[in-house]
Amino acid sequence: MSEHILEFKPAEGFRARSKAVVDNPFLRQSFRGAMDFLMSKRAAQFPDAEELESLRTLGERIRQYNLAKLPTLLEQLEAKLTQNGIQVHWAETPDEANAIILGICHARHAKLMVKGKSMVSEEIELNHAAEAAGIGALESDMGEYIVQLANEKPSHIIMPAIHKTKEEIARLFADKVEGVDYTDNVDALIQIGRNVLRQKFLEADIGLSGVNFAVAETGTLCLVENEGNGRMCTTAPPVHIAVTGIEKIVEKLEHIPPLLSLLTRSATGQNISTYFNMISSPRLAGEKDGPGEVHLVLLDNGRSQAYADEQLRKTLQCIRCGACMNHCPVYTRIGGHAYGTTYPGPIGKIISPHMLGLEATSSMATASSLCGACGEVCPVKIPIPELLMRLREEAFTAPHANPAMVGQGAGYSWLMTSVWKGWAAVYRSPSLYGVATWLGSRFSWLMPSKQGAWTSVRVPLKPAPRRLRDMLRERG
Amino acid sequence: MSEKPKRVALFVTCLVDMFRPEIGFAAVKLLEDAGCIVEAPAGQTCCGQPAYNSGDRADATAIARHNIALLAGFDYVVLPSGSCAGMIAKHYPLLFEDDPEMAGKARALAQRTFELTSFLVDVLGVEAVAGASHLGKVTYHDSCSGLRELGVKTQPRKLLGSVAGLTVSELAAPEECCGFGGTFCVKYPEISDRMVSDKAADATATGAAMVLGGDLGCLMNIAGKLKRQGSPIAVRHVAEVLAGGALVAPIGESGEE
Ligand code: SF4
Repeated sequence: MSEHILEFKPAEGFRARSKAVVDNPFLRQSFRGAMDFLMSKRAAQFPDAEELESLRTLGERIRQYNLAKLPTLLEQLEAKLTQNGIQVHWAETPDEANAIILGICHARHAKLMVKGKSMVSEEIELNHAAEAAGIGALESDMGEYIVQLANEKPSHIIMPAIHKTKEEIARLFADKVEGVDYTDNVDALIQIGRNVLRQKFLEADIGLSGVNFAVAETGTLCLVENEGNGRMCTTAPPVHIAVTGIEKIVEKLEHIPPLLSLLTRSATGQNISTYFNMISSPRLAGEKDGPGEVHLVLLDNGRSQAYADEQLRKTLQCIRCGACMNHCPVYTRIGGHAYGTTYPGPIGKIISPHMLGLEATSSMATASSLCGACGEVCPVKIPIPELLMRLREEAFTAPHANPAMVGQGAGYSWLMTSVWKGWAAVYRSPSLYGVATWLGSRFSWLMPSKQGAWTSVRVPLKPAPRRLRDMLRERG
Repeated sequence: MSEKPKRVALFVTCLVDMFRPEIGFAAVKLLEDAGCIVEAPAGQTCCGQPAYNSGDRADATAIARHNIALLAGFDYVVLPSGSCAGMIAKHYPLLFEDDPEMAGKARALAQRTFELTSFLVDVLGVEAVAGASHLGKVTYHDSCSGLRELGVKTQPRKLLGSVAGLTVSELAAPEECCGFGGTFCVKYPEISDRMVSDKAADATATGAAMVLGGDLGCLMNIAGKLKRQGSPIAVRHVAEVLAGGALVAPIGESGEE
């Protein structure tokens, strides 16, 4: 096992960023603690393995059923939403999505947008685009607010500020929020955040939110949240813009209860979230509150590429619960920022290549020990390890015509392929294999005591002096 | 079990062949003690997993084809490794999904292929083994593929439970990956080191004198780390302990360091 043979040149940035976290015992400890906590909360929600299994199977079926009908459902959703008075917009790229959202803002001469938690808005980097267009974009989810104050990105799709300790947050608030003294009392910190945000909800011209499920038959946008800020964003400002990926659709209202139960139990170990918002129209005549205008922006951004391939389509079953991250032994060690993508962890590894191309992300699929913990907990049974293997195959086979993905063959190297070809030739031919392993065992004393990455942290490997095959033969 | 003895092909795996032949012997003994006729087909090499996991489907398929032919005539195929058994039992059928001629053969082989302890317990119904005596407190690492692909969890513990003078003291996180992951451990050494260090610490905290497991790759990884730390904890494949007889030097301690 020599590192020369096995070096695939993983993206240097990823290696460096992950090493920085691995070398930081403080950060490591806080990730580990948080993930252990989330894992035990989830486990407590599913005491009955059989119930969990049948619920996961149901979740998988519902998602697959709806994905199979996706094109029709999208049309149905658009028709129904339009009928309900919600305006529907289609965006193929992040730029198009930003242009649509900012276009709505400009038409209303908007100065301030308050945002509920939305990973799709992170995916399109809406905050940057808004800022560049002179529109303030303020995060109102507590975790997102903290991350925004710190000028960082979320490190987890459900708990954006999970990498921060309460002391760091206390310092951040004292430094950045006007008139606030240092306190590391968590309740006090939450109160500080709330006070700032309350005022902003009233001032804002636009409320922006994500969508957890869009129901085609009723034209309803569902939003799962715990802080109530989502409800504020979608009711207080005069205009509500929801943005989501095209895959977040279900045909029927009755599809939601099982998915919702899987989502909250898998994500935070909650039986049910504190809030579940269902938005079906702008404010109607006679209603006391609600925005006068509601928009939905449906984003593709590589999703239809995944959709076109039967196996890769499974990626789109995701309900963004984050359980795969919480249970990933790699994520737990390196945290979310190391990945350098909007979606980190196992889900990030399988979805990002469709958004960013395989070239930029080819190292993501290899940075996995394929332990399978992600696939085991995924509430909609996405076979994540299988998809990682598929992505490796897409990256490392020679570029060919009609690839399933942008960037297919990006990780291809003639040398590596030849090494594997040689390896396979030996392993396919018992006689070649016999010679190679015989040499290995006879000359095991030649095995270097330094074996690159292996011995940097472990004692060296030594082949046994006699191969099993020789010993079995002698035994007769 | 009065039927005629089962003809079992022992697929020793390339790691065992090269690095730890004792595991192969232990497996032979366990299977023979349970009444099987054991053969180690001479043409065997590797299950193809290294190529498969590296995205080299073409070469993995070529190796799989070779093994499917080689192992066709046996009642069962048994491997002292959950990950190699998983490769044959779960991934070979996927490799030939689009090849009607091979698909049936791959599935037939998959159905006859088992990890060693699960074969002993689930197929042969073995309740107890002689085992090496008076080992005291040991701990057990669940290797990922065996655990998640094949459901190997209770079987090794059941057999260990029958060994006199041995108790299993569980790790705090027995199901957490040790960081081996084949080429993963050399491509991402920093992350892998963190994972195996945590595993070593977990093992140390149990107070056990020995770490057992069912996959040599993981065991070499854990042993490599423990020995590097100067730990006195011995690392062995579970078959070595179950088979009884004299134990050779633990993994990672056989050669000079
Ligand atoms: S891939 Fe599965 S576990 Fe991961 S976020 Fe999506 S639904 Fe949750």
